[in-house]
Amino acid sequence: MTLVPEFQFHRVFIEPWTTELGSHGLMALVTFLVGVTCGWIGNFLILRRMALMGDAISHSVLPGIATAFLLTGSRGIGAMVLGAVGAAFTTHLLIEVISRHSRVRQDAAIGIAFSTLFAAGVVLIAVFADRVDLDQDCVLNGQLPMIPLEAPVRLGGLVLGPPPLVRLIGLWIGSWVLLLAFYKELLLSSFDPGLAACLGIPVGRVHHGLMLWLAMAVVASFEAVGAILVIALLILPGATASLLTERMVHRLAWSTVHAALSAVTGMHLSVALDCSPAGASVVAGAGWFCAAWLFSPLGGILPAWWRRRRDRREAGGG
Amino acid sequence: MTRPASIVLRDPASRMDPRKGRGSLRFLAAGLVLWLACACSTEAAKIGDLVEVRWTDQARRFLTLADPAVRHACLGTVLLGVSCGLLGSFLVVRRMALLGDALSHAVLPGVALGFLWNLEKDPLVIFIGALAAGLAGSASVALITRTTRLKEDTALGMVLATFFGAGLCLMSMFQRLPTGNKSGIDTFLFGQAAALGPGDLGLMGAVAALVVVTLVVGHKEFLLVSFDPSFARVLALPTRWLERLLLLLLAFSVVSALQAVGVVLVSAMLIIPAATASLLTDRFHLMLVWSAAIGAVSGLAGAFLSFLGTRLPTGPFMVLSAGTFFGAALLFSPGNGWFPRWLRQRSHRARVARENTLKAIYQVLEAGGFSTESVPVEALAKRRRVAPAEARAEVRSLVGARFATAAGDDVLLTPTGWQRACAIVRNHRLWELYLTHAASIAPDHVHDDAEKIEHVLGEATVRELERRLPRIDVDPHGRPIPSVPSPDAAPRTAGGAGDRPMGYGGRP
Repeated sequence: MTLVPEFQFHRVFIEPWTTELGSHGLMALVTFLVGVTCGWIGNFLILRRMALMGDAISHSVLPGIATAFLLTGSRGIGAMVLGAVGAAFTTHLLIEVISRHSRVRQDAAIGIAFSTLFAAGVVLIAVFADRVDLDQDCVLNGQLPMIPLEAPVRLGGLVLGPPPLVRLIGLWIGSWVLLLAFYKELLLSSFDPGLAACLGIPVGRVHHGLMLWLAMAVVASFEAVGAILVIALLILPGATASLLTERMVHRLAWSTVHAALSAVTGMHLSVALDCSPAGASVVAGAGWFCAAWLFSPLGGILPAWWRRRRDRREAGGG
Repeated sequence: MTRPASIVLRDPASRMDPRKGRGSLRFLAAGLVLWLACACSTEAAKIGDLVEVRWTDQARRFLTLADPAVRHACLGTVLLGVSCGLLGSFLVVRRMALLGDALSHAVLPGVALGFLWNLEKDPLVIFIGALAAGLAGSASVALITRTTRLKEDTALGMVLATFFGAGLCLMSMFQRLPTGNKSGIDTFLFGQAAALGPGDLGLMGAVAALVVVTLVVGHKEFLLVSFDPSFARVLALPTRWLERLLLLLLAFSVVSALQAVGVVLVSAMLIIPAATASLLTDRFHLMLVWSAAIGAVSGLAGAFLSFLGTRLPTGPFMVLSAGTFFGAALLFSPGNGWFPRWLRQRSHRARVARENTLKAIYQVLEAGGFSTESVPVEALAKRRRVAPAEARAEVRSLVGARFATAAGDDVLLTPTGWQRACAIVRNHRLWELYLTHAASIAPDHVHDDAEKIEHVLGEATVRELERRLPRIDVDPHGRPIPSVPSPDAAPRTAGGAGDRPMGYGGRP
């Protein structure tokens, strides 16, 4: 058996959309939903220079989820969200307390808080391996391939799909509602917190709301891509979009496009190489980021080089 | 996917004695371990293919150091703690803690490719692969921040996650191979100190020795580059090369630590011991020593705890031990700890409260022209503008500090109490005088300031005030400034304190 399976056009590009639609197509859909929800939040995180806060929170939800499992013995979404939000809040608090009340600076405080909490989560999972329905593999890779196998949710006679898909669709609809309702507040408090406070926008509450939204998105993505790759889904769409446009609405649209592209190409990549779908979609997303980095009309490497060359030639000719 | 192999399942043929190292630290550690092992080698137990283990047995086996795998684990974790602790200090003081995080996650595809080289766990090849990937990761961070508008935190997070995702892809491809599951490559994710082989130890020893020697030789230059890069540049030090050398050493120690602590948590072993050390001392070379020691001890603790069960990874336990040290330092560090600081603040507040009571007693006595020796509690309460019950509590605190004795509802100052009361009133009035005299502040504006500073004026400052003021007998409000009597003088004799001004501590 070889490392890289032989490339067959039909298996890689046709089958996922025809015979395998129920499994691979569904996985791509789940990845897209996770990517778009996280990507929207990521845009605001990048603006607020809180990208690493997202990293910290995505690591530290692990002990929260593990504790929720241990206490309730079920995978109920309520308990998981509660545990994860609790853990996210604890991380936030720890970082603030350490960096405000000791000489340890914020970057080290972030590193200390999330790695200790993550270690606690891994230890919980390893020690109570027989009682927690999670393992180290799931923490790292997520369980995307398992999602199509779960029993679908039925509403009356209507088959809606596997529970994670239903949850993610719910979360995405929630994101739409939040974004339409609070777009102005979010935008202003990210760009200019001082002005936002002057205009009577409760900046602190917006911040906490954003953290809550982040925690919920992280819990949902945890199931799909595991604890560590969430950071990629949070940052890559927003970072790519910020290379392509200046306006926030356009950035949100571009990050949606990025999420869709990386979900689909990631799915094809994982079929072609027969590797972890979560990892593949991250690699694909990074590939799209590199494309934007190279070709973006707004300061991409190649257009800038081309302009410099043209300017030089014109200067030399004139 | 198999779980990380536990120590009891390992093939006995792969255990060999630790090789003799050249680095002095490694030599010391090896000597210590060998001595301990000789001291209790009678315990040497035959390790069978146990699956079920009791943690008490495991603890005994670890503590007696009878098992070569245990000795390897101990030596390896100590070496890891030392080299990561030393280099982590530089990251922490330069506010680059999260670069360590990105670097350590970025090595994963290198580990996988190094493994792919000949499909077995060859420490040297994996070391080279991981090193290349780690350096590529940190170079991409630099490239992204230089050529785009993205900030460093975004670039770090992106590189970290992308490299890690690529590594996971590669690893999931190996796991389909027939040899993939037996390779033990998954122990690289969360670490397994018990799986350290002699080759790993040789590499870790070499890296630790290299780190120690480089830091000892270039200690002055590295210090300067870390604390004041522009001054270093002015001195024509090759700052860029020194920084690159540090980064290279950092990558070396991260990569050599992978087998024991794992890719996911190695950054914590860089940051946490160094941050703990920074709470314990102000001097950088002491911080290096503390950081290395804390790293080594938490490494050992992690190896021990993960040894207690069969399928426990080492890395998380190591990080939890280091986190415990950090928490303890945060709470109890003598200089900056929250608990000592709270105690200091509490005793300061209590002293200020006592001194305010003493001052009030002095003022009551002064208002009565020093005709009486004792002060009624009601008069004190009125002067302090508090309820009589509160005044009684204040008096009790004075009695506890032996500044006063209470007889019924009357308070009587002891000689030390009288001396302290005079000193406080003198501080207050001297300061008022100084402000009106030297800073030309109106006499009705100086009281509040003096109220604060009277508690913290030291003896030397008071002498300096006395020297600078032309006359020190009457304060701006026309009240006499008392001298401070010798401790054995009774309050009664100080009746005319203002008549004959005297220096602090009885100096004429």
